[in-house]
Amino acid sequence: MIAKVSRLSKTFGSVSALDQVSFTLEENKIYGLLGRNGAGKTTLMHLLTAQLFPTSGTIEVFGESPYEKRRVLEQICFVKESQTYVRNARISDVMDFASLVFPRWDQRFARELLHAFRLPTERRIKQLSRGMLSAVGIVLGLASRAPLTIFDEPYLGLDAASRTLFYDLLLADYSEHPRTIVLSTHLIDEVNRLLEHIFIIDQGRLILDDDADNVRGMAYSVSGQDQNVSSFVSGRRVLRDERLGSLRTAVVMQPLDAGSMKQAAELGLEIQPVSLQQLFVCLTGTNSTEGGDRP
Amino acid sequence: MNPLIDDAKPIFVQIAERIEDDILTGRLPEDSQIPSTNQFAAFYQINPATAAKGVNLLVDEGILYKRRGIGMFVSPGAREQILLKRKNQFYEQYVLAMMREAEKLGIGAEELVQMILKGKDDLRA
Repeated sequence: MIAKVSRLSKTFGSVSALDQVSFTLEENKIYGLLGRNGAGKTTLMHLLTAQLFPTSGTIEVFGESPYEKRRVLEQICFVKESQTYVRNARISDVMDFASLVFPRWDQRFARELLHAFRLPTERRIKQLSRGMLSAVGIVLGLASRAPLTIFDEPYLGLDAASRTLFYDLLLADYSEHPRTIVLSTHLIDEVNRLLEHIFIIDQGRLILDDDADNVRGMAYSVSGQDQNVSSFVSGRRVLRDERLGSLRTAVVMQPLDAGSMKQAAELGLEIQPVSLQQLFVCLTGTNSTEGGDRP
Repeated sequence: MNPLIDDAKPIFVQIAERIEDDILTGRLPEDSQIPSTNQFAAFYQINPATAAKGVNLLVDEGILYKRRGIGMFVSPGAREQILLKRKNQFYEQYVLAMMREAEKLGIGAEELVQMILKGKDDLRA
């Protein structure tokens, strides 16, 4: 086991950022940490990497509390959304520094990555564009080969081609050098397929903690005549309910089984898959049963 | 992102189906080696564990077999086995669904047979 947090809470003054969060990170898995803005993702990552103290609860990383333990911290690479570097340093200086910090740093791989992302090694940090800065973070995250690598929205300003390059390189290197990776992102549809396990956090609480393959089949939508949809959804958990005239579409939180498929077919209802992003929106949206009766 | 993968089914099921398709068309003959999980992962841009899950699904069904230290291979008789499975699925997914719709539209068995024969001709034309 890589990390274990139990009943972790963090409050800032009167604001509760994290509320009784418990989970474990296992070896060599790619995790997706999903949540809306301000859900508590970054707070959680700061706690995991010993950059914040919890208000209550416990954190164990590599079997011990991570605070001021070099042997724990050198195994963690945390690439932040807006990582700051010494402004006057050159990219090559940043890489040299990283090679001293991370025991598994691969300098040759770092050079390949810099080349792939078209980063000029002698350019100074202050002269880099937003996208280039993000690419520097990605190079650090990958070349560190840290047993626990955390990417927090690593691609601010990165174009679609560079993001695809990131996914390809991440998968290829992970295949050869498996390690635990946490990806925190808003681009759910883009990273969906890379993930093995998914966490969704909402308003400081962990509302979903499951294998990605389970999550992908967790919900489906049914649509058709209002009354038929009504009789289908009765007794089932509905995440979202929308009407258009006499047509109605409901998102049902339940794995699709043969019996339900048959029932839907008999009622003349159409069944559609629900993507991870749609599910995320349903679970973290303002109100999960907004349908109700409308004038 | 590879267009072959969509949200309609779990990804590992789709990987298993791709491999089955390749066995059916003969692109992967019996006793030939299939790509490694890492190759599948890179090609479809998916997690290697997901790819492995798809491959293992077929190992459990006896469609693939493992040679220790070498990789995964297509079992003898795999094509027949997949064909049988797909025929059953065809009945469930298409024939039953068609019958249900036909009933709704008041299409009798005879008319349905006529339509199927017509469809066969139209496809050939």
